Amino acid sequence: MTSDSRLEKVLAQGEFAVTSECGPPRGVDPDSIRDKGELLKDSVDVVNITDNQTSVVRMSSLSACVILKQLGIDPVLQMVTRDRNRIAIQSDILGAAALGFNNILCLSGDHQKFGDHGAAKNVYDLDSIHLIQTVKHMRDEGKFLGGDELKGVPRLFIGAAANPFADPFEFRVTRLAKKVAAGAQFIQTQCIFNIERFKTWMEQVRERGLHEKVHILGGVTPMKSIGMAKYMKNMVPGMDVPDELIERIKGVDKEKRAQEGIKIAIETIQQLKEIEGIHGVHIMAIEWEEMVPKIAEAAGLLPRPQVN
Amino acid sequence: MIIGEGKPIKDILFMIQNYSKVIVAGCRGCVTVCSAGGEKEVEVLSSALAMARENEDKPLEIKEVTLERQCDPEYLEQMRSYIDEYEAVVSIACGAGIQFMAEKYPKIPICPGINTNFIGVTEEQGVWSERCQACGNCKLHMTGGICPIARCSKSILNGPCGGSADGKCEIDPEVPCAWQLIIDNLKEQGRLDQLEVIIPLNDWTTSRDGGPRKIIREDLKL
Repeated sequence: MTSDSRLEKVLAQGEFAVTSECGPPRGVDPDSIRDKGELLKDSVDVVNITDNQTSVVRMSSLSACVILKQLGIDPVLQMVTRDRNRIAIQSDILGAAALGFNNILCLSGDHQKFGDHGAAKNVYDLDSIHLIQTVKHMRDEGKFLGGDELKGVPRLFIGAAANPFADPFEFRVTRLAKKVAAGAQFIQTQCIFNIERFKTWMEQVRERGLHEKVHILGGVTPMKSIGMAKYMKNMVPGMDVPDELIERIKGVDKEKRAQEGIKIAIETIQQLKEIEGIHGVHIMAIEWEEMVPKIAEAAGLLPRPQVN
Repeated sequence: MIIGEGKPIKDILFMIQNYSKVIVAGCRGCVTVCSAGGEKEVEVLSSALAMARENEDKPLEIKEVTLERQCDPEYLEQMRSYIDEYEAVVSIACGAGIQFMAEKYPKIPICPGINTNFIGVTEEQGVWSERCQACGNCKLHMTGGICPIARCSKSILNGPCGGSADGKCEIDPEVPCAWQLIIDNLKEQGRLDQLEVIIPLNDWTTSRDGGPRKIIREDLKL
């Protein structure tokens, strides 16, 4: 074991992992995190806290992770390289470990253009692959990037993201291989709406034997409405929402569309369970966290296993 | 070359509102090529300023001059004989030229008449785009001759990120994804294996982050 991560243990036991995430509030209220955490607590193994996702300013991931930890949840600290240089990044990694966090998800982050502070200067001292290398270097070599010895190493389970739907398609697996070579131990993928394309990507993953080197968790997001599906399709970078999916939701009565979205999510999870090399799911129910236990239950993912 | 773009005339009028005798100084270097600060632009800007001030009933006396280069002391020196007769200089050279003018003539206020945008190329008549960020540590041999620091919106050294779609960048469908271009180039050359290599984290000391930069060539000094 490289960490005390509940996720690492669940995966090591060969169990199908379930992770979820919540976005911190755009204010100071800790209860909004607690409420989401309580909803997710018994249905998932770990909970990611996003880091100023879509470049909209929110409560820091580090702080929101503390609040989750107080509930007994093992949080996954998401960290983007957009807003921090290597000094701040290493400092936050030390802090995360000192606070007892066991998981980190290394990301580059959405460009600030998407958020509410488009005039900001971005940092990008490191990219997401460098961030993975940094955490691994600190943990396994016990050294800072600058070369000095750490006094106590951060025992973190290292995660990264993969987007099988971004372009160029043929290069996405190469990039995953680079993340694995850098030290990623688990991967949470972008939301999967186009399962056929995802299967093709997984074939390529298996061809390179990457499924044996890293735990891949498929990303699942329930669609609440036609509006959300269209927004995801047209406005969110790197999202592949097939027209058939939109048509399917459109095909049911308006009041039943959310239910149809849930149904699709459950079906997706069931299909993912059948794919060789998929070791779990990452359920991203955006501002709809109360649906996660229902989806997990219906997909046969409960109860979550005990770990030592 | 260095690409610049004229500032709005109202901004320049605001900068020189308290002066009645100014020099409008152009440069025959980069800014002439990108039609932002050459002799022609000096002429056009001067007549626009004069006309606007005429309309305000606050006439402006303008001396038009276009130096060979404003980033070179020998050419800046050519203004020494008459500069004291004026109250301000509107320079439409790049930021380096404007600053060198200010440095050589510290007593006279210098107003920037253009914005300096980037180091770039002429894609076609009237279209310029960025190519280089002058990071001081060129890696173009590793990236198919396309610079990810200058041309990827996130300056990612191991791209493309998850925001690349249809060969375009997530920030704007008009902006090509630099990493798509890199992949296309390496594919064409049969060098895709290059992309399996992790480009290590960058040493930014040669970039602006290391502080203002200076090069001294002893072999060339007089």
